[in-house]
Amino acid sequence: MMEQILQDISKQFEITDIVKKRDNLNFITCKKEQTISLITYLRDIKGFSHFVLLSVVDWIEDGVFQLVYFLNNPEKKIDIGIRTMISRDNATMTSAHHLWEQIATYQRELKEMYGIDFPGSPRVDESFILEGWDDIPPMRREFDTKKYSEETFFPREGRETNDPEEYMKKKLYPDEEK
Amino acid sequence: MKKNKNVLWSPDRSKFPEKNPDGSLNVDLSSEKYVKVWHGPNHPGVTGNMSLELTICGDEIVQAKTHVGYLHRGFEKLIERRKFIQGFTTCIRMCVAEPDSNEYNFSRCVEELSGIEVPEMANWLRTLALEMSRLQMLLRIVPGQGNATGLGMGVQWGIYLRDLILDRFEELTGGRVYHMYITPGGVRGLLPDGFKKRMEDTLDKIDAFIGNITKLMYDNAVFKKRTVGVGYLDPSWVDKFGVGGPNARAAGFKRDVRKDYPYLIYDKLDFEPYTATDSDIYTRSLVRREDIRTTVDIIRQILAKMPDKGDIRAQTPNVLHWKIPKGETYVRSESSRGEYGYYMVTDGSEFPRRINLRGPSYVHAVSLLEKMLIGANIADVASMMVSLAACPPEIER
Repeated sequence: MMEQILQDISKQFEITDIVKKRDNLNFITCKKEQTISLITYLRDIKGFSHFVLLSVVDWIEDGVFQLVYFLNNPEKKIDIGIRTMISRDNATMTSAHHLWEQIATYQRELKEMYGIDFPGSPRVDESFILEGWDDIPPMRREFDTKKYSEETFFPREGRETNDPEEYMKKKLYPDEEK
Repeated sequence: MKKNKNVLWSPDRSKFPEKNPDGSLNVDLSSEKYVKVWHGPNHPGVTGNMSLELTICGDEIVQAKTHVGYLHRGFEKLIERRKFIQGFTTCIRMCVAEPDSNEYNFSRCVEELSGIEVPEMANWLRTLALEMSRLQMLLRIVPGQGNATGLGMGVQWGIYLRDLILDRFEELTGGRVYHMYITPGGVRGLLPDGFKKRMEDTLDKIDAFIGNITKLMYDNAVFKKRTVGVGYLDPSWVDKFGVGGPNARAAGFKRDVRKDYPYLIYDKLDFEPYTATDSDIYTRSLVRREDIRTTVDIIRQILAKMPDKGDIRAQTPNVLHWKIPKGETYVRSESSRGEYGYYMVTDGSEFPRRINLRGPSYVHAVSLLEKMLIGANIADVASMMVSLAACPPEIER
């Protein structure tokens, strides 16, 4: 069943890197320009009516973001993950909010967390989780969480840092120091 | 939207709120026809750390926006910088109320990408832990529906019974809230001596609770008046918004991951998830009450059918030096609120490249809730939120 669908897709779209993960789960890669058309085709013609997830993987070493659209066909009980690569430097993707209502939320989150723009997507510029964030999008690989937290939260005034061994010595054997 | 027969009067929707020529609402707060109300984050009618920005015309909602971020701890980012076994202890915190689905999905991702086959005995015990987790969650949600309409008694019963399930969890796993029982490669232990008997005693009490809560809540005239025909979820929205679990089943969709994509040993169990069609708050609550019945039955079947002993762990690499080849997968399980999925990507290193939780509330509590609240009465907001089982931590991971 899945093989037939993949064959039908191949006739109309340029798909590569087909990975069969399970009998009912396949991953494919599609060109950025064709991705939304492919998703629309799968939804309207092939019965993938349930949108599961929109996710992204940051391949910083290759300079690309991998967007993954997960679609599910509830009748045939099969899933497909459609990967598409977009440049990290010009991180823009065509919006798919017109296909499923919840996609606007995913796109809003990806704009905030990865800096990927989806022009035309409702409320895409409104902050989703990080109100008042002024650093680089935090889910990008180059964002250093440790450095950020050290700069933002520590050291706090009035807080002392003690070496445990020295501190206990002072506490337990104050006379030894003399 | 389905007309609520209990509402005696409502504003003339053709006049208020006025519409702009392009069809958008002309909500001018200075006109004094509208009031902006924040429902949460500190509000007894909010299901967790989130808030709703509501624009009200009379007592009807004309605009609603969900605000999250009060509980954001950046778990997905943290896990990218942790070894797989460290990520495991972090991911369970993504849903405090029902952490076992995280344990299972994370473990299954790691096992699938590493090519590890889990022994059958471990699968029986995993199923038991997941069903116990579902049960304790349902014991909060079901009476919580009454609480949202002023019936506080059921919650006290539910919390007491949930505590008994947590007792069973404690003797099985050592932990009450976070269990870390389903670990990559298997589970951490067999059933303790006398566990089956004590679990059966607990299940008997839950059987009695189902009868009592029916009399207290489902047969209650006030509860019915507040929930029948209220919070209608149009079946056409199920696919449009990606609704799943009990919310979809209350709208007539027979969807349950345990049945549709059997995992663990669910295909060896005899059960049928309850489905209804009225799709209002009352029906969604009814579906969850029946889910308690189904879960109790499943736990009894597991205890009766499971083998007494067997291997509970597969051979795994040293957890401190566990490298997983480059790959990706998506796994799903059925939580008490619907489809709970994990997308994991590995790059051959000791750390996951990406992990993404797909929680049912990401849909139910944001885009769907914002849509459902339009035209609702402000007094029904809490009840609608509980009926969708909104759980903010899985939105903001």
